[in-house]
Amino acid sequence: MKVDRSHLPQPAATRTLAFPSIDKSTLQNGLRVWTVHHAQVPLVAFTLLVRRGASSDPAGQDGLAAFTADMLDEGSGDRSAIEMHEALAKLGAQFDTDIGSDATVASVTVLSRFAARALAILSDMVARPALRETDVARVRQLRLHRLTQMKDMPAAVADRAFLRLLYGEHPYGHSPIGSEASLTALTADDVRAFHARAIRPSAATLIAVGDCDHAGMARLAAEAFGDWTGPGDAEVAAGGPLSPSTSLNVVPRPGAPQSELRIGQIAVGRDTPDYHPLVVANTILGGQFVSRINLNLREDKGLTYSARTAFEFRRMAGPFVLQASVQTTGTARAVEESIDEIAGIRGPRPVTAEELALGIAALTRGYARSFETAEQIGRAALQLALYDLPDDYFEQFVPRIEQVTSDEVSRVMSRHLDPARLTTLVVGDVDAIGPELGRLGLGDLVVLSPDAF
Amino acid sequence: MNISFTKHTLANGLDVLIHEDHACPIVAVNLWYHVGSKNERPGHTGFAHLFEHLMFEGSEHHDHGYFQPLQGAGATLNGSTNADRTNYWEVVPSGALELALWMESDRMGCLLPALTEAKFSNQRDVVLNERRQNYENRPYGLAPMALLAALYPPDHPYHWTTIGEIADLEAVGLDEVHAFFRRYYHPGNASIALAGDVDAGEALALVDQYFGEIDEGEPIEPVRASASLPGQVRIYFEDRVELPRLYLTWHTPAMFAEGDADLDLATDLLANGKASRLYRRLVFDERLATDVSASQNSREMTGYAQVTATAAPGHTLAELERAILDEIARLAADGPTDEEIERGRVQAEAQFMYRLQTVGGFGGKSDQLNAYNVFLKDPAYFDRDLARYQVVTHASLQRAAARYLDPARRVTLSIVPQGRVALAAPDSTSAVVS
Repeated sequence: MKVDRSHLPQPAATRTLAFPSIDKSTLQNGLRVWTVHHAQVPLVAFTLLVRRGASSDPAGQDGLAAFTADMLDEGSGDRSAIEMHEALAKLGAQFDTDIGSDATVASVTVLSRFAARALAILSDMVARPALRETDVARVRQLRLHRLTQMKDMPAAVADRAFLRLLYGEHPYGHSPIGSEASLTALTADDVRAFHARAIRPSAATLIAVGDCDHAGMARLAAEAFGDWTGPGDAEVAAGGPLSPSTSLNVVPRPGAPQSELRIGQIAVGRDTPDYHPLVVANTILGGQFVSRINLNLREDKGLTYSARTAFEFRRMAGPFVLQASVQTTGTARAVEESIDEIAGIRGPRPVTAEELALGIAALTRGYARSFETAEQIGRAALQLALYDLPDDYFEQFVPRIEQVTSDEVSRVMSRHLDPARLTTLVVGDVDAIGPELGRLGLGDLVVLSPDAF
Repeated sequence: MNISFTKHTLANGLDVLIHEDHACPIVAVNLWYHVGSKNERPGHTGFAHLFEHLMFEGSEHHDHGYFQPLQGAGATLNGSTNADRTNYWEVVPSGALELALWMESDRMGCLLPALTEAKFSNQRDVVLNERRQNYENRPYGLAPMALLAALYPPDHPYHWTTIGEIADLEAVGLDEVHAFFRRYYHPGNASIALAGDVDAGEALALVDQYFGEIDEGEPIEPVRASASLPGQVRIYFEDRVELPRLYLTWHTPAMFAEGDADLDLATDLLANGKASRLYRRLVFDERLATDVSASQNSREMTGYAQVTATAAPGHTLAELERAILDEIARLAADGPTDEEIERGRVQAEAQFMYRLQTVGGFGGKSDQLNAYNVFLKDPAYFDRDLARYQVVTHASLQRAAARYLDPARRVTLSIVPQGRVALAAPDSTSAVVS
């Protein structure tokens, strides 16, 4: 039979996914234990979330939270760091720690027959880390080396500098690793004090997803974490002062073949009522391959391998950021086009019915895909725990996104983005790009030292 | 443990693999073409990958870009090129399977009428920017260029990287696109795997309907080449980096060949994670290095093993080289411990199990079926692949380490900060990379 290629086949209806339900209980010390039964493959993915991250770094101690997170796997009791990792390796475990502005996360995935042993190791790490003087000194050295290496990485330089430009001394103004000066000054006592204060059960949620049941997991969690103590919960300190940042900034990278570009401003927190329309708006502007920004800078002009935008929703107001690596000779053009696209979607060039339908479909029709693996489900549950989202959040996501209108997109983008307040940062060859950038009418070009952050 | 599947070969030679998994209402479509950068010739490098880009720019009956209809149906999609193969995949809601097959079959059967000079020139610019972003403007980014060029002679198909040489990319013309497509992009050189929420019989009928009418194409002779190192090659180059980095590489067995699994486990126990020998010595105890890693990079014709370490400030690459060679000599002389063997087996079991979690994307079940089918003509290889790691013994691992990680026959690359040539491993000569 000859295929009819005069038109594309219409997708048929797909059965909806029953979203995984989360069983919950709380240990006496306040640790919340959440489980999701997902037994396609005999493994369990543990995610331990503590709602304290780099924004909890005390003033003058940038990097302390991340340093503490990095110390969790460096031994416990008599067990050295090496012995701890040998124990994990014996289980074939995948282990990772991650630090964000509002959260510290330790995760372990193992074959389900090793679940109890893995949980025991995870609890040693999180609740009873050794935090020995010699290990602190060694890890500090490694983190300083890492900082040194980041000076060579244009994207890392841009991320650090951009946060500082937007937020100044606000708790979101530094990247989690901290600075050379702050890291050098941190002591083992600082790490121990931070661990005692911040890494505590009342701020934590243990999420287990996989071939497991709630009663069994709650019992294992009580055995592993029952002795963990810490002060009761208290609100995280609120934000700090914000000062207006300069609008056009360059960190020099002489001779660079590309410019690393960041354009953005402080936008909104995760609790904004505008969350869903902003997600749709960002998808259309720069959140997918066929977004306005990527089609313009990549598919039309060939200036970059990829360009994208994101609202980084956090507990406090997070940044909106456009990022791209663009060829040096096209830097000014890329900046001009980017700002024009951000301004355009606020009203002058509202999203079309076609764009809106595509953006909504991209977000909703493939939603089931985000709940395939145990790790994915664990990460989804983590969002609920971190941002206090309701249990029916996933059920409601698709219908809520489907209600978003073109007017709503213009309205929320006008509300949260302001072209006059955008900050532009370029890490690149200032001699080659400076004159053209200066002619864009974005104000005086400020040249920043790479060591200023 | 296995991935259940059915296999059929259409009359035009297209292999069709189907795996049912109804856990999630999605289906993965995964299409491999048995062509990669090893099918290129010197002076024409980077072409297989550039071509992959062009496959997303529209085909005769849908000439509006490849992403739009699929993303509108809720799909995620991508493609990748390496030395041996090019793959394309979509993960779609199960109701959009037919759309994905329509799109994939149209670009297999009818790409060229839609391929204009303008699209070609745009995607060449994009690829040149991909090269700048991932290689030229990235610290140590040109290491693969230097290593492959030193490991393989200039006419060997593994001599160049998949991204290709700048001059070659700038010189390539549209006529070459046409010839390349006709030669390599046809059913006889492809394998399609579907995994997910489908009925195998219905899915096969759909694949046959959409792909069955495409012409088979001419058979392709497999690429064959061999390479060996007569001795040591010691090179360095200066880069915009703060800390010097050392790379040691050796020729090793091909993918799935005898010794391949042994070297996988050998490189793991040497430098994978904090329990590994080199991490413990270089980073933890002696603090000569800030990081160390190792891998067996097995490819279709032949493989190479690589150990990489970055010197801590105040240390030279000569110190790193001595310590690494010392640990390798110890492994070759004494073999692994029983515990290391046991760890390797459990880790292999766990890694294989983790892979079974997802139907699609890079490395999911559909991709795995295609890998076994294209490289071994045996999509049922999953459990035997795992078994390769379970039968590694003290003696076989020791033998492989002694035979292949030979200190007298290797490539040693030093990348040092500008103007700090003294930090390079001794007796190295300057390499030109771009």
